[in-house]
Amino acid sequence: MTTDLWIHPAVILAVGALLLPMFKGQARSIFLLVVPILAFGAVLSMNQGTYGIFHYMQWEITFGRVDRLSLVFGYIMTLMCIIGTLYGLHVKDDGQHITAWLYVAGSLGVIFCGDFLSLFLFWEVMAFSSVFLIWYRKTDSSLASGLRYFLVHGFGGVVLLAGIVIHYQNTGDLSFVHLNVAEPNLAIYLILIGFLLNAAVPPLHAWLPDAYGEATVMGAVFMCAFTTKTAVYALARGFAGMEILIPLGVIMALYGVVYAVLENDCRRLLAYHVISQVGYMVAGVGIGTALAINGTVAHAFAHILYKGLLFMGCGAVLHMTGKSKFSDLGGLYKKMPWTFVFTLIGGLSISAFPLFSGFVSKSIIVAASFDEHIYWAAFLLTLASAGTFLHTGLKVPYFIWFGKNNCSQETWEKAKDPSWNMMAAMAIASALCIFIGVYTPYLYNMLPYGITFQPYTMYHLMEVMQILLFTALGFFLLIKKLAPEPTISIDLDWFYRKGSTQFLRFANRPVASTDTAWSEVYRKGGLAGVMGLAKGSSQFDREDIDRVVDGTAYNVLKIGKNINKSQTGNIQEYLGIAVFFALIVAAFVFFI
Amino acid sequence: MDLVKLIDYLRDRQKTLIRISYVVLGLLVVFDALFLDKTKAHTWMEMLPGFWSVYGFVACVLIIILSKWYGHLGIMTREDYYDN
Repeated sequence: MTTDLWIHPAVILAVGALLLPMFKGQARSIFLLVVPILAFGAVLSMNQGTYGIFHYMQWEITFGRVDRLSLVFGYIMTLMCIIGTLYGLHVKDDGQHITAWLYVAGSLGVIFCGDFLSLFLFWEVMAFSSVFLIWYRKTDSSLASGLRYFLVHGFGGVVLLAGIVIHYQNTGDLSFVHLNVAEPNLAIYLILIGFLLNAAVPPLHAWLPDAYGEATVMGAVFMCAFTTKTAVYALARGFAGMEILIPLGVIMALYGVVYAVLENDCRRLLAYHVISQVGYMVAGVGIGTALAINGTVAHAFAHILYKGLLFMGCGAVLHMTGKSKFSDLGGLYKKMPWTFVFTLIGGLSISAFPLFSGFVSKSIIVAASFDEHIYWAAFLLTLASAGTFLHTGLKVPYFIWFGKNNCSQETWEKAKDPSWNMMAAMAIASALCIFIGVYTPYLYNMLPYGITFQPYTMYHLMEVMQILLFTALGFFLLIKKLAPEPTISIDLDWFYRKGSTQFLRFANRPVASTDTAWSEVYRKGGLAGVMGLAKGSSQFDREDIDRVVDGTAYNVLKIGKNINKSQTGNIQEYLGIAVFFALIVAAFVFFI
Repeated sequence: MDLVKLIDYLRDRQKTLIRISYVVLGLLVVFDALFLDKTKAHTWMEMLPGFWSVYGFVACVLIIILSKWYGHLGIMTREDYYDN
């Protein structure tokens, strides 16, 4: 059925995920490494073309559109899968590896698909599998957070599907190509909203810090790389040149920076900086020129590595000490010096320091906006990059490894550099971050369009060094203002975490007063025979109704919560079964 | 651990490091003002001596002060806020 021998890397990961429980001990470790390496090899050996075309009813479904844009994303995603799996090699839970691989498989499915139908299928596979990376943390708060994550992505999926269906009705075409962004209609907006939710564009972003802060150590490393970057790919494919994405991207870049100032949990801080960095990519898609799309792709590539590295560094601290809050950490350089060095390399990369990966990728997007004379975007993105250095480059390393030592005796004793596999994964990611920054042709030759951009000019170097070093000056002058505060910050997830409770409390009153009024009607207009009864009832009503109804409402709330809890368990099981069946169907489709 | 010794060595010489840093900052501005070829500048503002230094510093201070101001409007709240 395929036009050529072509193996989808997602199939390798999915089959690997199915087989993993059969391996134990040493063989399991080897198997864990071999499978993602094979997937990476499958991407490396791909030639451009279209593969895996199936006909299902009247639709043509394409699983393998291989061009320069999908290849570069496939390359970095399978590479990150190797690094992430190595980082989690010590994790005994097979489930974490299985769901992580299925999640990557879902991403790769989206990257290589050529039609909206399979895009939607893989889009949902991503949401279904990644939620387990939160639930495997196995705390009450991660259970709740995972459920929220799942519901939000369920909503996004429905919007996306609605868009796809209407789009099909309008055009009779399901192929996933560049959409008519000059004259967007309802379908295009709905698809866009579906993509923007996964790209975590405000106001559809609050799921991201909520989930990444609660995920398992290994889970967060995977999650930070795939969901948003798959969305960036989908945007670059379908929405290049849609101008509204420029302001949205700039808002994202700044929004993430503001919340990162307030954040006390290092992994949530990093999550807010995912939003900030994806903002550059979204803005790049909005600019839409060849240079800007190159910049978007390059930045996604670099971002997957350095953000993975940062989550590995902070994850290592969490893994060893059990703490991820700045107000519980500090002074750890004596105990975890190598983790510090690796995290610092990640921090310098995200801050776009010369010789590190972010420098050669972020610069392209900023240069593209200067080239198009969109000065406000260029200057604001530059401002956001000062904020990035301020937090990820300075605040994270400083308040974990230096600064005031807030560690408890127990934390301090537990802290040391993590196991060899975590160290090796961080070392590899660090090496790649520096390699990309030093040897630009490696990344630039993979970009979808030809590029002549040169980041290492004297003017640009001076510009960046001045911004970064004077940001550092500001940081050290205002360091007291930045001291960690043991707080959480309210974000838009308030509306579905707290807003619903407030709404119920508010709704109680009309319910109670309607009830009283009804009793009143009953008492006055009722039959004489029941007057006495009504009298008693109304008296009861007048005195107690508010309390009773309130009490009832609270009891319902309480029951609801318990249902929530038991339901969460059910949903997990249900999902597990669903994912399992999806796998079997996928295997069936590919092998027969 | 050698790495720890190296960091301690640097920390013991913090004052010297800070002095060196100030000199580097000063040199950056001087170089920008006197020697840098600004034909690649995008806007007229960048012709001002030390423009990007000022921009970086002001950006940093603004981000910290405005964000903290926003946070203390009530956005930053107690850690058990969502627990009932």
